[in-house]
Amino acid sequence: MLITFKRVLKFAWKDFSRNRANNFAAIFVLVIPILLATALLVFQGVSTSVVSQIKEKIDVTAYFKSGATEDDVLNVKTELLKLSSEIKEVQYVSKEKALQDFTERHKDNPDFLNALEEVGGNPFLASLNIKTEAPLQYEKVTSFLTAGPFSQFIEKVDYSQKKDTIEKIFSITSSINKFGFALGAVLFLIAILVVLNTIKLAVDSSREEITAMRLVGASNWFIRGPFIIQGAICGFAALLICMVISGLAAYFLSSAVAVLVSGFNLFGYFISNFWTILLIQIIFGVVLGALASFILVRTYLKI
Amino acid sequence: MISFKNVTKIYPPNTVVLDNISFEIKTGEFVSIVGKSGAGKTTLIRLLLGLEEPTSGEITFRESNVLHTKRQQLQELRQKMGVVYQDYKLLTNKTVHENIAYVMAVIGEEDEKIDREVREILEITGLSEKANNFPNELSGGEQQRLAVARAIVNQPDVVIADEPTGNLDPYNSYEVVALLKKIHDNGNTVILATHDKEIINKLGERVITLDDGRIIRDDLEGKFIL
Ligand SMILES: Nc1ncnc2c1ncn2[C@@H]1O[C@H](COP(=O)(O)OP(=O)(O)OP(=O)(O)O)[C@@H](O)[C@H]1O
Ligand SMILES: [Mg+2]
Repeated sequence: MLITFKRVLKFAWKDFSRNRANNFAAIFVLVIPILLATALLVFQGVSTSVVSQIKEKIDVTAYFKSGATEDDVLNVKTELLKLSSEIKEVQYVSKEKALQDFTERHKDNPDFLNALEEVGGNPFLASLNIKTEAPLQYEKVTSFLTAGPFSQFIEKVDYSQKKDTIEKIFSITSSINKFGFALGAVLFLIAILVVLNTIKLAVDSSREEITAMRLVGASNWFIRGPFIIQGAICGFAALLICMVISGLAAYFLSSAVAVLVSGFNLFGYFISNFWTILLIQIIFGVVLGALASFILVRTYLKI
Repeated sequence: MISFKNVTKIYPPNTVVLDNISFEIKTGEFVSIVGKSGAGKTTLIRLLLGLEEPTSGEITFRESNVLHTKRQQLQELRQKMGVVYQDYKLLTNKTVHENIAYVMAVIGEEDEKIDREVREILEITGLSEKANNFPNELSGGEQQRLAVARAIVNQPDVVIADEPTGNLDPYNSYEVVALLKKIHDNGNTVILATHDKEIINKLGERVITLDDGRIIRDDLEGKFIL
């Protein structure tokens, strides 16, 4: 058994080194589905990150009238948290904190600080910053604040201006997502057909060889083993190429992507998802190569 | 050991190649099958190996019905038959040495034994110098000798040779026939299909003569009569 396995490996390696042209073509075409699969994975990562960033960004801010006491504000906060389980976070920003944040943010800009001094005192209002799980909850929160029992304390609710932008971004990302995946799936299918066809050419050129092997009594696994391993070797070579390509791409595109999707570190994403990417590349390289050989050799084992 | 019982082979639509053929071959026999070109010699061998299905009739090899053996067992049957195919069926992507080593690897021989015996058989068939050449780098006769070497290296129970001397000069023909005789002398069964009159007449063994899809003669010490 072991000796058979060793022989299959040896045959595979020998055939692999003899069929340079065919294997080169197979490696080359295997690179395509692997890269596509990797790209889809990364694309999905980027879009999830975009969506979650948008979700983080959309929030409702309720400014309280200057007459409202801290107790009033905290009371509203408690009521809000009771309102719905989908309210993720309610953050209280006091007048003092707002002032502090403002001076901190503009400490390098004397114009702002001068303006603040001219106004005198603390012009800021206490506020509650509300984040919810689903974007649609904002309507509910807003109406609770403006029309509910606490409306007397509320100066204004900052939401309506953002609303359109939020919905637009959502619809854009979700359609980009759908389109991207549909396109990816089609390209992917084409890539797999190309792989099958290329490996078929290689296997076809061994058709008589396979027949001769059957004629001398070789078992099916003894015959197909070397082909499957050759497919796997091609897949592995393609995988190495893809690893280098995707690693380099992630490294060099990282800054460009960070501009497009603020705060998204492409190279960091590549490193932290290395094992997932490797797994996907193994599946679409090694497994695809081996499986294609397995299926294609089968046709000629009928004799 | 081998028996054909009322075997008929018709290629659609109506090419009758073998017409109700029955015969038996016992262990240790040396049987020649002769007949004009197109008489059905190769077809008969292909049927025995399970490469074709008979239209009707039964073929058994050592109690197993060739037609009804599973594919895995069919391979085991084939391992027990060393066949020189008329068109050689060499492994084109393997060297001369590897071609022979392959059939030994198929039956799971040890590396050492493979190495030793391959070298021996190459010596015997005069192919030592071509050990590292590929089949398409050999002359017709060399390819034929390689096919012979491959068929006999495992010393199978049955050696089946379909026209093994067709491409050989008289000297090499004589060598190949002598090899087959030697195998026969060791107690193995040999089946030889040929239209070489001289070889048959010199052998003085059993001859089955096919004509028009039928067995017209089956003589224990036959001559080539057509
Ligand atoms: N696959 C096939 N389809 C149709 N006819 C076939 C097929 N194979 C063989 N034949 C026919 O069967 C007949 C016998 O062929 P076979 O190869 O058995 O002859 P043979 O006795 O070996 O001849 P030769 O001495 O020339 O090798 C021939 O007439 C051939 O044309
Ligand atoms: Mg023939």
